[in-house]
Amino acid sequence: MIENKIQKILDKFNRDKTRLMDILLHIQSEIGYIPQTLIQPIADGIDLSAADVLQTISFYHFFTLKPRGKYTIYLNNSIVAYMMGREKVAKVFEEECGCKFGEVTEDGLIGLFDTACIGMSDQEPAALINGKVFTNITTFRAREIIRDMKQGRKVEEMFATTFGDGKNASPLIRTIVRNRMKRTGPVLNMSYKAGNTLLKQVAQMTPKEVINEVKLSHLRGRGGAGFPTGLKWEFCRRASGEKKFVFCNADEGEPGTFKDRVILTEKPEMLFEGMTIAGYAIGAKEGILYLRYEYMYLKKYLEDVLDRLRKNNQLGPNTANIKGFDFDIRIQFGAGAYVCGEESALIESSEGKRGEPRNRPPFPVEKGYLDYPTVVNNVETLCSVVRIIQNGGDWYRSLGTEESTGTKVLSVSGDCRYAGIYELEWGFTVSDILEMAGAENTLAVQVGGPSGALIGPDDFNRTLCYSDLATGGSFIIFNESRDILRDVVMNFTEFFIDESCGSCVPCRNIPTLLKHKLEKILQGHGTEKDITDIKEWGNMMQINRCGLGHTAANPVLTSLKNFRHLYEDKIQKTVEFDSGIDLAEAVAESCEFVDRIPKF
Amino acid sequence: MSKPIIATTSLAGCFGCHMSFLDIDDRLLDLIELVEFNKSPINDIKNFTNVCDIGLIEGGCCNTENIHILKEFRKNCKILISFGECAIMGGLPAMRNDVPVRECLEEAYLSGPSTVNEERILPNDEELPMILNRVYPCHEVVKMDYHLPGCPPNADLIWDVLHALILDVNIELPYEVIKYD
Ligand SMILES: Cc1cc2nc3c(=O)[nH]c(=O)nc-3n(C[C@H](O)[C@H](O)[C@H](O)COP(=O)(O)O)c2cc1C
Ligand code: SF4
Ligand code: SF4
Repeated sequence: MIENKIQKILDKFNRDKTRLMDILLHIQSEIGYIPQTLIQPIADGIDLSAADVLQTISFYHFFTLKPRGKYTIYLNNSIVAYMMGREKVAKVFEEECGCKFGEVTEDGLIGLFDTACIGMSDQEPAALINGKVFTNITTFRAREIIRDMKQGRKVEEMFATTFGDGKNASPLIRTIVRNRMKRTGPVLNMSYKAGNTLLKQVAQMTPKEVINEVKLSHLRGRGGAGFPTGLKWEFCRRASGEKKFVFCNADEGEPGTFKDRVILTEKPEMLFEGMTIAGYAIGAKEGILYLRYEYMYLKKYLEDVLDRLRKNNQLGPNTANIKGFDFDIRIQFGAGAYVCGEESALIESSEGKRGEPRNRPPFPVEKGYLDYPTVVNNVETLCSVVRIIQNGGDWYRSLGTEESTGTKVLSVSGDCRYAGIYELEWGFTVSDILEMAGAENTLAVQVGGPSGALIGPDDFNRTLCYSDLATGGSFIIFNESRDILRDVVMNFTEFFIDESCGSCVPCRNIPTLLKHKLEKILQGHGTEKDITDIKEWGNMMQINRCGLGHTAANPVLTSLKNFRHLYEDKIQKTVEFDSGIDLAEAVAESCEFVDRIPKF
Repeated sequence: MSKPIIATTSLAGCFGCHMSFLDIDDRLLDLIELVEFNKSPINDIKNFTNVCDIGLIEGGCCNTENIHILKEFRKNCKILISFGECAIMGGLPAMRNDVPVRECLEEAYLSGPSTVNEERILPNDEELPMILNRVYPCHEVVKMDYHLPGCPPNADLIWDVLHALILDVNIELPYEVIKYD
């Protein structure tokens, strides 16, 4: 029976080993997990070794070799979830289920698991339950949800509120997720008419003209790294390769970011139009939207949009009536791994492998997906392109500041009255945004997510732009009631420990060592030496291979820079060295085992 | 002026670092012209009889005796050097750090495939050191001044370091000497 199903799934993907992610996702959605016994048949079916299949499975958070319950609750453990009461909710889940997080109830009914930020920071605590998103979970709701599960109700019947605003309520989505578009600007405002730019304008332009217009706009990547988009496209266009590919990076894994989720819900046509324009510009025929697993609830809706675009000649043979431009887009799902947002890891993952970043050079524009020249762009970047072609590069450059042109969509969350997304021209100060969001008594702001910087009031007059405070969009606000070190820095550091792919020694080890240092300092055993160690060790992270490793010490390093007094207050000033080792505790277990009373 | 004094010890190590020390070969003769040895397995002096200038520590700390000795060294040596991977990071012995100590003891004394212990005797004599929950690198137990990498550190490196410390001259550390990958 199962064997048959597997063969069908393998056939569906032409027994192509580069589609291993899709194969595993299908099997898991069919069976609920990937039984160990299937690994060999899968491997045989696609001409891989069992070890290859296993290493892909083991890399991703949402793949599992063991059943995780008929109902699986993945409760977000990001910082904002904790700020909004996650701990109490988690406790109720555990009490009602009679098992701990990381376990499944004895009857196999309910599994409780942690998961990193699921892109709902403006409506925490939130959880993924069998792929459906539950937001604003209270202890009361947690009890209800478990009761419903024990009664065997369907997950979609467990919602206790109306569907979310905007397209969230549309028949193909039907989610309680809210968009909270607090402010739209020149890119995301209502004036967008799907397909107009592509059909009426791009169709009249040469690829070179398209690239020139994007270059003229000075648009830089909105995914965090800020690489000039026009230049990236030009490199890819010039690179030699039989085929070329456009990827949209919708992995959105940086804790506190959720703007791409809102764009994907409200403006998917615009995003696909941007991908098509990119495809035309670089000479690609295939676009791939790499969508994080957490946004699976958008799958049917987005596929429907793609179908509609195909019918309207905005995709498919001779797209936009451009002869020979047969462009199409498919969706590639991830399976839970922050590092897959890194462009070369994203490509590896799309090829069915572990999401380990590649060594560069060669860059993806030369050798990317299946070794063909590939452009990877963020959701917001590609949407901006549509407006740039529509209104001209000069118009776009008139927005924002001299060297940071255009707008940026921020995901604002944490201690403020109006969490949500804000499209702003570059050049706003941190104070402006705090005021806009109704934040009071602000102690600190995390700009750019854990990989960015933690800043205090002294820096609130600084400007958001590439030359001062660059950001991929995450903006988390902490008020004076928050414990920066114990809660914020610790949570972020643990996030990086969990998400490192493990290839580079510093990235694999130093964050854990920093966490130990932090614990030691918080327990009152810290000394000046611990602070200098943190700084020296943190700086070693620059030798890692990818951006994750380069930034994984940032929570500790930037809090040390901007909140040094918090560290200084907790260390022992007159002690030169403190091991922090409690000998009695260290020998307790071994002495108990050999039946001996510890004596010192 | 009296000669600088050196002490050495092997904690949770395999003595490989000391073997590498002996590999400085004929330079040993130069060394004993330059320094005097105090507590060390090399001369079998068991207790400190003098304040030392340099202490070389091989191995990390896996039991209470290791900790005691390391603290003694800290008290009696002006400069303390983590000598080899085990001292610096815990090394091979630290591979047990991810396994609960209970399971390690169980396997070592009761259930291991090569274990014959019908009476199920466990080492619990008061004279024995107590086993720590994990193996600690030296710098987590006391302040260490220098780290000499390698498993074991290369004899030339050991010589160069001692030479530089004793004569108070600068040391050349070419990349190859400290890169182990
Ligand atoms: C660990 C890590 C995670 C990343 N996650 C994302 C992401 O979720 N979305 C994104 O667009 N870029 C992400 N990036 C940046 C991408 O590597 C890449 O620079 C970007 O997608 C390029 O698109 P852009 O030029 O339009 O910004 C991440 C980078 C790193 C190092
Ligand atoms: S820096 Fe970290 S995440 Fe990036 S490749 Fe190295 S180990 Fe992997
Ligand atoms: S570092 Fe190597 S040679 Fe030295 S004690 Fe440890 S295992 Fe032995």
